[in-house]
Amino acid sequence: MAAIANSDLPILDVNGLETTFSTPEGVVKAVNGVSFQVRAGEAVGIVGESGSGKSQIFMSIMGLLAANGRARGSVKFKGTEILGQPPSTLNKIRGVRMSMIFQDPMTSLNPYLTVARQMTEVLIEHKGMSMADARRASIALLDRVQIPEAAQRFDMYPHEFSGGMRQRVMIAMALLCQPELLIADEPTTALDVTVQAQILELIGGLRRDFNMALTLITHDMGVIAGMCDRVMVMYAGRVVEAAPAGRLFHDPQHPYSAGLLRSMPRLDEMMHDRLSTIAGQPPNLQRLPSGCAFRDRCDYRMEVCVTELPLLRAIAPERSKACHLQAL
Amino acid sequence: MASLIRESATTEARSADVTARDIASSMTAEEVAGRSLWSDARRRFLQNHAAVISLIVLIIIAAASFGAPYLGLRDQDDVNYDMMPAAPPDFATGYFFGSDANGRDLFVRTLYGGQVSLTVGAVATLVSLLIGVAWGATAGFIGGRVDGAMMRIVDILYSIPFIFFVILLTVVFGHDIILIYLAIGAVSWLDMSRIVRGQTLSLKRKEFIEAAHASGVSTFNIVRRHIIPNCLGPVVIYVTLTVPTVILTESFLSFLGMGVQEPQSSWGTLISEGARSMEIAPWGLLPGIVLAVTLLCLNFVGDGMRDALDPKDR
Amino acid sequence: MLRYFLRRVGGAIPTLFIIIAVSFFLVHAAPGGPFSTERNRPAEIEANLKRAYHLDESVPLQFLRYLNGLAHGDFGPSFQYKDFSVSELIARGFPTSMMLGAIAISAALLIGLSAGIWAALRQNSAADYGVMGLSMTGIAVPNFVVAPFLTLVFGLLLHWVPVGGWDHWSNIILPAIALGLPNVAAISRLMRGSMIETLRSNYVRTARAKGLREWTTLTRHAIQAAILPVISYLGPAVANIITGSVIIEQIFSIPGIGRYFVLGALNRDYTLVMGVTIFFGLIIITCNLITDLLYGFLDPRVRYD
Repeated sequence: MAAIANSDLPILDVNGLETTFSTPEGVVKAVNGVSFQVRAGEAVGIVGESGSGKSQIFMSIMGLLAANGRARGSVKFKGTEILGQPPSTLNKIRGVRMSMIFQDPMTSLNPYLTVARQMTEVLIEHKGMSMADARRASIALLDRVQIPEAAQRFDMYPHEFSGGMRQRVMIAMALLCQPELLIADEPTTALDVTVQAQILELIGGLRRDFNMALTLITHDMGVIAGMCDRVMVMYAGRVVEAAPAGRLFHDPQHPYSAGLLRSMPRLDEMMHDRLSTIAGQPPNLQRLPSGCAFRDRCDYRMEVCVTELPLLRAIAPERSKACHLQAL
Repeated sequence: MASLIRESATTEARSADVTARDIASSMTAEEVAGRSLWSDARRRFLQNHAAVISLIVLIIIAAASFGAPYLGLRDQDDVNYDMMPAAPPDFATGYFFGSDANGRDLFVRTLYGGQVSLTVGAVATLVSLLIGVAWGATAGFIGGRVDGAMMRIVDILYSIPFIFFVILLTVVFGHDIILIYLAIGAVSWLDMSRIVRGQTLSLKRKEFIEAAHASGVSTFNIVRRHIIPNCLGPVVIYVTLTVPTVILTESFLSFLGMGVQEPQSSWGTLISEGARSMEIAPWGLLPGIVLAVTLLCLNFVGDGMRDALDPKDR
Repeated sequence: MLRYFLRRVGGAIPTLFIIIAVSFFLVHAAPGGPFSTERNRPAEIEANLKRAYHLDESVPLQFLRYLNGLAHGDFGPSFQYKDFSVSELIARGFPTSMMLGAIAISAALLIGLSAGIWAALRQNSAADYGVMGLSMTGIAVPNFVVAPFLTLVFGLLLHWVPVGGWDHWSNIILPAIALGLPNVAAISRLMRGSMIETLRSNYVRTARAKGLREWTTLTRHAIQAAILPVISYLGPAVANIITGSVIIEQIFSIPGIGRYFVLGALNRDYTLVMGVTIFFGLIIITCNLITDLLYGFLDPRVRYD
């Protein structure tokens, strides 16, 4: 068997990931058979509404599921299976080779510890640095993420930072060990619009400098544009369309993706009577309908959509969709 | 104090996680039929086995205590010289708890003692309820500086060891039973006032209060008809949690000899007697078990009510 | 931080004053005087006694006199123990009570925290329900019921510990357990709830996402945050111990302040009862201050209140 060069292996190779949560009201199927790959240096965007399962995919990958969650399938990090591994194994990858930043920087930082502590502990733990070295490296990175007067602020507590600055701290913290993959779970959703652009620009720049792969999870199509090479659109725990970013924006092939794009108000359009929306509600993940989960909200619905689940199939190089419709 | 524990212990997660519930609830497409708060609460309460069993036990104890004169038992003051100085429990002769040092039927004494303890529990809780609700509703409703001052007073009172004042009161004014009711009630109203104040504050800002104001309803009637009924949930919870505290305080006092006086005796008095002659008559501690069981049941019921009525569904 | 401390001290002073004032005026509102239970005496001796104890002066004046005495550590004479002043009695009993209380609360903290953390890590397991059930019992059952039972079982039946006396170190075991039990229960419940909430928090999730060792996450991130409610509880816990000591000392015949208090109360020794109330109040206020300080030390957010 020919040895595969390490650099050829995808950073993430997800196959048939299924994540469920057992609640008193029943089993919630958050992720229903998701497969994709993230290659080195690539930026992948994952778009979907709340509850589409986009965050839970990566919670499962990082081993951060809630106690009542179970993940099945296969997740390989550079060829090594990590799904279901014990924390001791995962801790060699988390924070070092694969990092994650979360939506709410306010609650994601420990309010009782200084920023200094929370940053240096990563370097001390993973790189065996001394406190002095760790401090130096951390402050340097804080400078990099444009925290003004980083050295003075270093020993402050999180509540003394603004929301945007806190997110920068989170980003810096995630990049301390120069991971190969950064997972960003709605990093700008909780921030002011003005700050959003800055943070996204920061992430993009850092990604290029560190040559990192990036998975950007968001419900906002606008965030994807300009940041991502490829996009995956999720609905009800499944991938419904995957395409290079440019192609998706220009020529969406799934009714849901088209609906999402249409519902974004644009400055260069005439003012219409009303904003375009996708009619209906997302389905109940405890009681998924038969066939296509989007069928009740789809303008192009056919009979087969009710009975048969559309599988994700390739429609062009690098493009796939899960829809019975031949072409949109 | 005890409430502080309970307050934080609310976070005893009962099972599943916030994450999953968030997903599940945001995904529900069906309409949920409206249900009243109380029928919801009743259903939840009935599902709590510990609470239901405790409630039944409590009813039995209360019924036995207050129904004692009608049960055809011995009189509590009947001295039986054959059973002196203290005889062990004997089901054959009907002395279920045995007799005390004076040859009296301990079981009967325990039942009558229950009357005293439970009555003090009820009355003192009522006192506590009245003071607490009045204080809290007023502070919450008037708001501003008055509210600030009133709650500062509550804060200060929190750190005072009230038992000592109650004892001081009994030393000074004697052991009148009315005094005991008032004193114990006056000790326990602080938590209630905080809860009521919190509720009042949040209610004050709700639209229907504004509507009532706009329609010209007087402040007094607003408080009476709108604020107080809506505070009922938390108040009920705290009442059920106050009762054991109050009974405990009374037993504490009686144990030391500073509570109810002869010829009345409450469970505290009986336990005190039993403890003294423990070496030769260990069954004298049986009233202690009855007290413990009562308090335990009251706590379970209180917790059950809190779980049933608390809208913070964790 | 200093400002926070000063503000807390500032709040404590009116509290202390209220305790002193209320105690004083309560006692002086008593029908009859402190000597009214004794035999009838000729009016002259009565008047002399009154003068000796300053009881013939106006009440506000007596109050000022009392305050003055307090400032000098003088709680007045004991009416019951004619040869002793209240301060002497307090000084006598204090070391004993202090030792008992300190042991009780230290043990309570140690066991309670461990049990709470352990139960939280095994949430919803049999161990968890066991701990919660036991602690519920510990909170509900009064210590004057527990104490005789413990004595009965461990003292009289099993002979593991002595039942009376105060001359051997083993004498302190039973009273300390009886005294500390409700607090063990309360602390374990608090810690468990707090721990569960903390373990579900976003910052613990971040700590795990950073790949820190589970032990580090637990100790540095989870426990340090979860322990705060327990710290807050320490103030009421001390009050609890003090109140409890009154009964425990009575049951086990321990010569502490609590015991003097009970005897004083039963014998209508006003100054003693008043003095002990104020003294205990002072201790509680001090402990509350210390816990507030500790809390401010551990939670940086409150310092800027």
